[in-house]
Amino acid sequence: MGMDKVEKRTDRLFSKKLDFARGAIELTHGAGGKASAQLFEELFLPAFHNPMLGAGDDQARFTGHGRMVVATDSHVVSPLFFPGGDIGALSIHGTVNDVAMAGAVPQYLTAGFILEEGFPLKDLRTIVGSMANAAAAAGVSIIAGDTKVVERGKGDGIFINTTGIGIIPDRIAEPPAAHRAAPGDKILVSGTLGDHGVTILSAREGLPLISPIESDSAALNTLVRDLLDATDGVKVLRDPTRGGLATAINELCRSSGTGAVLEETCIPIRKTVDAACELLGVDPLYLANEGKLIAIVSPEEAQTALAALKGHPLGQDAAIIGTITEDAHGFVQMETPLGGRRMVDWLTGDPLPRIC
Amino acid sequence: MKYIEEFRDPAAAKAIAAQIHAEIELGRRYHFMEFCGGHTHALCRFGLEDLLPDNIRMIHGPGCPVCVLPVGRLDMAIDLAQSRPDIILATYGDMMRVPGSEGRTLLSAKAAGGDVRMVYSTLQAVELAKANPEREVVFFAIGFETTTPATAAAIKAASDAGLSNFSVFCNHVLTPSAIDAIMTTGTGETGARLDGFVGPGNVSTIIGAEAYEDAAAKWTKPIVISGFEPNDLLQSILLLVRQVNDGKAFVENAFARAVRLGGNEAAKALCENVFTVRDSFEWRGLGSIPASALQVAEDFACFDAERKFKMAYVSRPDHKACDCASILRGEKRPSDCKVFAAGCTPEHPLGSCMVSPEGACAAHYLYGRFRDAAPADLVAAE
Amino acid sequence: MCLALPAEIVSIDGEDAVADVDGVQVPISIAFVPDAMPGDYVIVHVGYALSKIDQAEAAQQIAAMHSPAITQGVAP
Repeated sequence: MGMDKVEKRTDRLFSKKLDFARGAIELTHGAGGKASAQLFEELFLPAFHNPMLGAGDDQARFTGHGRMVVATDSHVVSPLFFPGGDIGALSIHGTVNDVAMAGAVPQYLTAGFILEEGFPLKDLRTIVGSMANAAAAAGVSIIAGDTKVVERGKGDGIFINTTGIGIIPDRIAEPPAAHRAAPGDKILVSGTLGDHGVTILSAREGLPLISPIESDSAALNTLVRDLLDATDGVKVLRDPTRGGLATAINELCRSSGTGAVLEETCIPIRKTVDAACELLGVDPLYLANEGKLIAIVSPEEAQTALAALKGHPLGQDAAIIGTITEDAHGFVQMETPLGGRRMVDWLTGDPLPRIC
Repeated sequence: MKYIEEFRDPAAAKAIAAQIHAEIELGRRYHFMEFCGGHTHALCRFGLEDLLPDNIRMIHGPGCPVCVLPVGRLDMAIDLAQSRPDIILATYGDMMRVPGSEGRTLLSAKAAGGDVRMVYSTLQAVELAKANPEREVVFFAIGFETTTPATAAAIKAASDAGLSNFSVFCNHVLTPSAIDAIMTTGTGETGARLDGFVGPGNVSTIIGAEAYEDAAAKWTKPIVISGFEPNDLLQSILLLVRQVNDGKAFVENAFARAVRLGGNEAAKALCENVFTVRDSFEWRGLGSIPASALQVAEDFACFDAERKFKMAYVSRPDHKACDCASILRGEKRPSDCKVFAAGCTPEHPLGSCMVSPEGACAAHYLYGRFRDAAPADLVAAE
Repeated sequence: MCLALPAEIVSIDGEDAVADVDGVQVPISIAFVPDAMPGDYVIVHVGYALSKIDQAEAAQQIAAMHSPAITQGVAP
């Protein structure tokens, strides 16, 4: 209905189609006038294509019921395009995953763009295309959005904010939450750690690493669904993004007043990621992941949960990596392969490559 | 990873640890200093102290070039980056977050408009100079003898290319002089507190195992040059135990797969050509040490940023409450310091030992402080 | 310390070489190890090879690790 109307209007309103081959973002694209409308109608609307977005209103209306979940995330990444993904896919996966970690089924997303004057329309189209593909694959609709343009030099090409809305299914009696971790619970991860962080570090200018490593950027909502269908023993779900596994475990121990002991030999890390980390002098436990989850599961359900994760394409390398403990100091410790112990502390600063 | 995994083998680690337990003499004290931050890091990261007998104590030495760089030298780099828009200051990632005076860092200088670039190799800094002929590129060089040849190669490359817009702010320091300083400064009892050194590994690939013979003889302390993997360290500790038991004090090379007697002649020759030894240099935590650092030689004076930009050094005292000097000399443990984990943390380091993850206090804070938590605390908190 | 890692030389072009650690490759300079050949392992630090791994010494050390009673260092 609304779609047809909009397309007819396009033909009348804009004298020339957007030039995606050579064109660039101009300040007028964010001014709210004709150029803004054209960007919406020739790029965002066809890509994100759904009736709620196409209705042409300044807001989307929907009927919700039950326990709603909302999460928001702003995405700034350099470089914008990297092996295994780009900022577009990342902006969908990040927010979908945040919603899913509450045990919710992600349904709707909003997308806010801050574009820098001069940003190539070609790149914008690629990024918007990735967002559309990622959203479709995750089964979510982008139902509202906004675009602003900042002067050249006042942005880093493109920033994307997405907000996600989801619903916790009625069959989940007690949704996962950080405070629920209890001593004795098992700590699971859904796969190899550090892939995204190493990809971004080595793609940055000045680091001449050549590696086959790709970002793990992926939507985890179906993995969460399979896990929660298999067992009701899941106490906490977390996606270890910035700060990595180490920081995520420390955060959830703090929320639940517990400690943890990890088994270093059980933590899945790719050989190439390990090698790159040794070369760069960084610890994979502190690197970002964009397609992995941590699950804290009651001990008797741990094997069931592990099997459920391993049964999903995104969980094939899943492993039980440790146990929640009673610890008044909230320390996260790790049993090393040599039988020693060490602490795994919060991330300090941003991991930078080092030489000493 | 070949030549890494073999040296992390758990079965071998257990075998060496068992041998150490078998060979130590009960009632005897073994206080060993691992000089290098890399050794400190490996000890802590692999939890090796749990494998050692109680009467072996490892003392974390000053072998972290980031930690021992005095605040005044860091201030010089920060001031240069901030006050001269024509300058691109290039340095290794390690230096970016190290706090100078008033909490300023190179990252904050960058935020304030300074052009600070992180490089992975010195040659990238030379490339920056070639690509920006209208700008001055200053490479902020730090490190022990291991890292010095790379800086020498950059100066040589810039000289060969006839570059006039490249210079080096040289902060390279020398390990044998630091060992001397540890043995001589402080309360005077320090020498008696140490029973041997785990000697620098990567440094020795350049300067050779023979560089420590004087120190071993002068202080009658065993020095065992070690690789950086856990089993390297355990083997070296075993060799130190044997020397102590036998009353010996000589240099042994337990990193013979990489370290030759005379080191790397090509690298040494280039460094001798490009640098000269400074009369004296201040080490954070240890004070001024004679003949302990390098400066750009007269023949290459035009590549010396200190001369080119008339940079002046102002010594800044460390925080008064800080016990770094005693900790570096093994007189105190990190947890003995009043400000450890209280005012002084890796986010807000007050003293040198907390500055880099390889520093004695930072390593203990990040990897070992759970050991300080007395069981009584746990009971009280329950 | 100085972060340095054994890496295998996979190709050489004058003083420039490419070194490999488990499938991750880095450009390095072999200016200080001029006799390095493809297939050699070198200790790499800040983009420079510092020394060649002596494979016989390495093998001997690994053997000693497994029977530590025979462990011995090399006296210079």
